[in-house]
Amino acid sequence: MDTLRDVKIGETVTVARVHGEGPVKRRIMDMGVTKGTSIHVRKVAPLGDPIEVTVRGYELSIRKEDAEKIEINR
Amino acid sequence: MAIRIALTGNPNTGKTTLFNALTGSNQTVGNWPGVTVEKKEGKLKGHTDVIITDLPGVYSLSPYTLEEVVARNYVLNEKPDAILNIIDGTNLERNLYLTSQVTELGVPVVIAVNMLDVLEKSGNKLDLAKMSEKLGCPVVEISALKGTGVMEAAEKAIEIAKSHTLPKEKHEFDKNVEEAIKNIIALLPSSVPELQRRWYGVKLFQRDDKAIEQLNLSESTLAEIEKIITKCEDAMDDESESIITSERYNYISTVIASFYKVKNKDYVSISDKIDKIVTNRILGLPIFAAIMFAVYYISITTVGTGMTDWVNDVLFAEIIQPGVQGFLESAGVAEWLVGLIVNGIIAGVGAVIGFLPQMLTLFFFLAFLEGCGYMARIAFVMDRVFRRFGLSGKSFIPILIGTGCGVPGIMASRTIESEHDRRMTVITTTFIPCSAKLPVIALISGALFDNDAWVASSAYFVGIAAIVISGIMLKKTKLFSGDPSPFVIELPAYHLPTAGSIIRSMAERGWSFVKKAGTVITLATILIWFLSYFGFVDGSFSYLAEDQMDTSLLANIGNTFAWIFAPLGWGTWKPAVAAITGLMAKENVVGTFGILYHVSDFNADTGEGIWQLLRADYTPLSAYSYLVFNLLCAPCIAAMSAIRREMSSIKWFWTAVGYQCIFAYIVAMIIYQVGSLILTGKFGVGTIFGFIGIAAIIYGLVRKPYVEKDSTVKAKV
Repeated sequence: MDTLRDVKIGETVTVARVHGEGPVKRRIMDMGVTKGTSIHVRKVAPLGDPIEVTVRGYELSIRKEDAEKIEINR
Repeated sequence: MAIRIALTGNPNTGKTTLFNALTGSNQTVGNWPGVTVEKKEGKLKGHTDVIITDLPGVYSLSPYTLEEVVARNYVLNEKPDAILNIIDGTNLERNLYLTSQVTELGVPVVIAVNMLDVLEKSGNKLDLAKMSEKLGCPVVEISALKGTGVMEAAEKAIEIAKSHTLPKEKHEFDKNVEEAIKNIIALLPSSVPELQRRWYGVKLFQRDDKAIEQLNLSESTLAEIEKIITKCEDAMDDESESIITSERYNYISTVIASFYKVKNKDYVSISDKIDKIVTNRILGLPIFAAIMFAVYYISITTVGTGMTDWVNDVLFAEIIQPGVQGFLESAGVAEWLVGLIVNGIIAGVGAVIGFLPQMLTLFFFLAFLEGCGYMARIAFVMDRVFRRFGLSGKSFIPILIGTGCGVPGIMASRTIESEHDRRMTVITTTFIPCSAKLPVIALISGALFDNDAWVASSAYFVGIAAIVISGIMLKKTKLFSGDPSPFVIELPAYHLPTAGSIIRSMAERGWSFVKKAGTVITLATILIWFLSYFGFVDGSFSYLAEDQMDTSLLANIGNTFAWIFAPLGWGTWKPAVAAITGLMAKENVVGTFGILYHVSDFNADTGEGIWQLLRADYTPLSAYSYLVFNLLCAPCIAAMSAIRREMSSIKWFWTAVGYQCIFAYIVAMIIYQVGSLILTGKFGVGTIFGFIGIAAIIYGLVRKPYVEKDSTVKAKV
């Protein structure tokens, strides 16, 4: 299973499914990361975590441990 | 009857600017009942009968964050006459996601599209008439920044409030979902108003704890609803909460195509270009350091402190206090009353006003950093370091500012959204030595350590270690358990904030300090003045001269409680009293030692002149233990008032101050007891307690975190 964590900077992928439960999952999805959404990984923070992605036309910051819950298709 | 309009929208959409444009200076700021979320209300300009309530900026109406619960409960319970939903035209999909939930609340809605000019600059087109038709509610264009269209939006809201025009049911979910919701609605008790049935139907389908709680359904109804949900979940191969979220976004993606035309796909905005540099992997940290240095240098080292020192040392100490004193004395006012007015009241008011210039300078920068969008990037850049200690990346600013002065440092924590992170920051910020603690460090270092450089640097090390240790320990306690705020944050587009919005934010925060913290500071200063200058001389209670402090009430209190500090190596009344006067301002510790040792000629910044006397009474170990206690224990009254203000809860205030004092006590005890064992080899009862202290801290660091079963917010809202 490929997750958003494995995606390289500059790549654009599609969300297959969001795993996990409760507040974190809901928050990720509320911010627009739903099945079929296209996500572009823009950059990694200077200290290596979190990452910055473009989703639905805006910039979102997400930690790698949370990015791991987002299953993707390339 | 007044018309009530609620303002909703995502964060960073210009909602506050719109609120200010609509209400002008006619606002009241308070808290929502029972919670620390700020509530703003105001009368619409030119309409005394229209009240605008600014709801917290939210992305959704989930049951998981305080802001979201406050926003939805306000609409459900208070039933405003209309909702004005501001949306960012450059970020339609995510903004309309909230709209799709707001339109279900059973209240008329007007959509105000902001920042259309930015959208058009990028070559994209938005058809407002088509949008209104598709979404089922009126849509107007505004520019919150320029103030255009703002009044028209309000007029429209008044119009639909009067005609009670509800949003037309436009969006539909997948037919499996619609069927499930329809079946759930049929099971709702008749007490649920017609207009809110759809809302509750959807919420119950999502297994929304807050909605279930509000409805008080019977076990059998809940079981039946659960059956309906599970059936639909099986059919859709997903869990119900996610089904609804996905369905909403799917719906938005389909309708949006009919009124939103993307012309220029490769458009790179100025904001994108700025961001490429500012949070760059290589340049990110140097730029961050440079910005932080500039903020610190201007507000703490130069401009802010320059003005604060002038107010304290010149305006109050040289002009107002001697002036008033001379006037009162020549008027023949009793000596104690002169003392009360000059050293009690004026000194207290001076302490409050003295902080203002520094504070306003800092608030100016904070408002600018928040307004331009860099504040969110600070969290992005520093998150990795701070999250380990239960802090936010944004905690960097309070701690940095705290090295200058803890009061603005604590106030700077206001920019942290997550309540847990904010509270943790407030508790730990004052562990870092502030400038007022420097004379205390200099006193101890000069008196017992020949000014060895390691003493001063170790003070900062102790401060940082205290933050790290406390962060890890507190994060595992029940107080900070079940943090419901994941770090999934928007990095808003950069833009230049307006001067008006910066000044307004600066003034609001400054005023809130004067009002809330100011009264406490003044009262506490008067109290400590009273305790220091009154006492029994030859059996009669009287006003004391400066050098009679050893007979003061404070000295008595010190005498009574000094034994508490015996395990720390300094259980006599003089250091105890000095620590208490240190609550007024930490540099007072030095002055009090001067008075208590009857030395009139000493250096106020380093305590030189008292050194040899201290050397006779203390060992390096007991002095160092005293230093550490004073660095970590409850900060000065001004800082404690700031803690009180920022916690906005008396329980949390005592938790913070109590934790600081107990932690300081344990650390100082460990240093003295274990240090004694190492230096003298003597093992006593105290040594055992020293090791118990170490064991307690290690246990606090490694134990399993407290796990909360219920993950939703437990606020009584």
